[in-house]
Amino acid sequence: MDSALTLLGLVSLKPSYGYDLKQLYDRLFGLRKPLAFGQVYATIARMIRDGLLAPLGEEAGDGPDRKRYAVTPDGEERLAEWMFTPDVPSETLQNNMFAKTVVALLTGRDAQRLLDLQRACHMEQMRALTRQKQSAGLMHVLLYDHALFHIEADLRWIDMTAARLTQLRAEVLA
Amino acid sequence: MTAVLEARGLKKSFGRNEALRGIDVSIRRGEIVAIMGPSGSGKSTLLHCLAGVTVPDAGIVRFNGTAISTLDETARGRLRLGDFGFVFQFGQLLPELTAIDNVAVPLLLAGERRAAASARAAEWLVRLGLDGKAQRRPQELSGGEAQRVAIARALVTKPAVLFADEPTGSLDSLAAEGVMKLMIELVRESGTTVVVVTHDSRTAAYADRDIIVRDGRVSVALGEAA
Repeated sequence: MDSALTLLGLVSLKPSYGYDLKQLYDRLFGLRKPLAFGQVYATIARMIRDGLLAPLGEEAGDGPDRKRYAVTPDGEERLAEWMFTPDVPSETLQNNMFAKTVVALLTGRDAQRLLDLQRACHMEQMRALTRQKQSAGLMHVLLYDHALFHIEADLRWIDMTAARLTQLRAEVLA
Repeated sequence: MTAVLEARGLKKSFGRNEALRGIDVSIRRGEIVAIMGPSGSGKSTLLHCLAGVTVPDAGIVRFNGTAISTLDETARGRLRLGDFGFVFQFGQLLPELTAIDNVAVPLLLAGERRAAASARAAEWLVRLGLDGKAQRRPQELSGGEAQRVAIARALVTKPAVLFADEPTGSLDSLAAEGVMKLMIELVRESGTTVVVVTHDSRTAAYADRDIIVRDGRVSVALGEAA
């Protein structure tokens, strides 16, 4: 997740103080990892430098800040580009499991056991997320769903690979 | 903690097909266990043996310490009616009966009077979020609603063990989630033990643990946490 562009998106709601931005960010996205104040101000400074944000002058808000920030036209353009450019699906998750399975088959180690262990680890994580999801609000339910569907995809790969082990072993050793 | 259900050395064949090849399983009271595995691995046969629906060729199944695999059909029928509840993938509701009458059936079979049975059935429909649907027939309900009626019917007798075979198999993701969430809340509240067969990892993730059955045996990578 790109926390800088997410912050930019929040400023586009309305001109905001750094303090308020951090509160809103943490409420929406900080379930696992809240932003440090230092990171918020460093990000704001970088976006001002890049012409994406502009300070609106000094006036006191609810928090300790005196400056509010607004999104510039360049900032709006950057935001739209980020939002409507599809993310490239990640392919990296499977690689290590794939490599381990192939090496296990090549070297005569127990590939079924490594898949079973991986599967158990994935299921444990899925159970933990499902428990957390049950008491979560709808917004965080979306977040848990995203994680759960990704783990499910791995599990399907693991099950499919387990079902193909005999055939795979023959192919790898041919 | 005491095992409410225990199977030792279970074997079962259908013709030349060995569905179970020596299975040991132990399930604690109040535990929710998912049985998973590829199609044809023997997971449904295991559930049927644990529930006293199928008699194993070899091995023993104990419920609360009593061997049930050696009971005759009448005794196993009584056990299924009084102590076990069942939810299947679909087709389990009687199409000519309304939702409330479907839920009342096991109570009536157990000898409860109609008025009392209907009152309890109505309570369970409300607990499953089906108030207002009591007079609907199964074909007038959505898939998720029909499964919730089936869950009400399975739980209305306050069974010690609920057996569910692919309870979300015919539902879309959202309906499946609604059914599982409600079912788990209700069984946790009542301390009911659940054995659920599923190929769906998201359904299995509601359980406390899973047992993998492969080629008629329990996968032993992590041992059976009995």
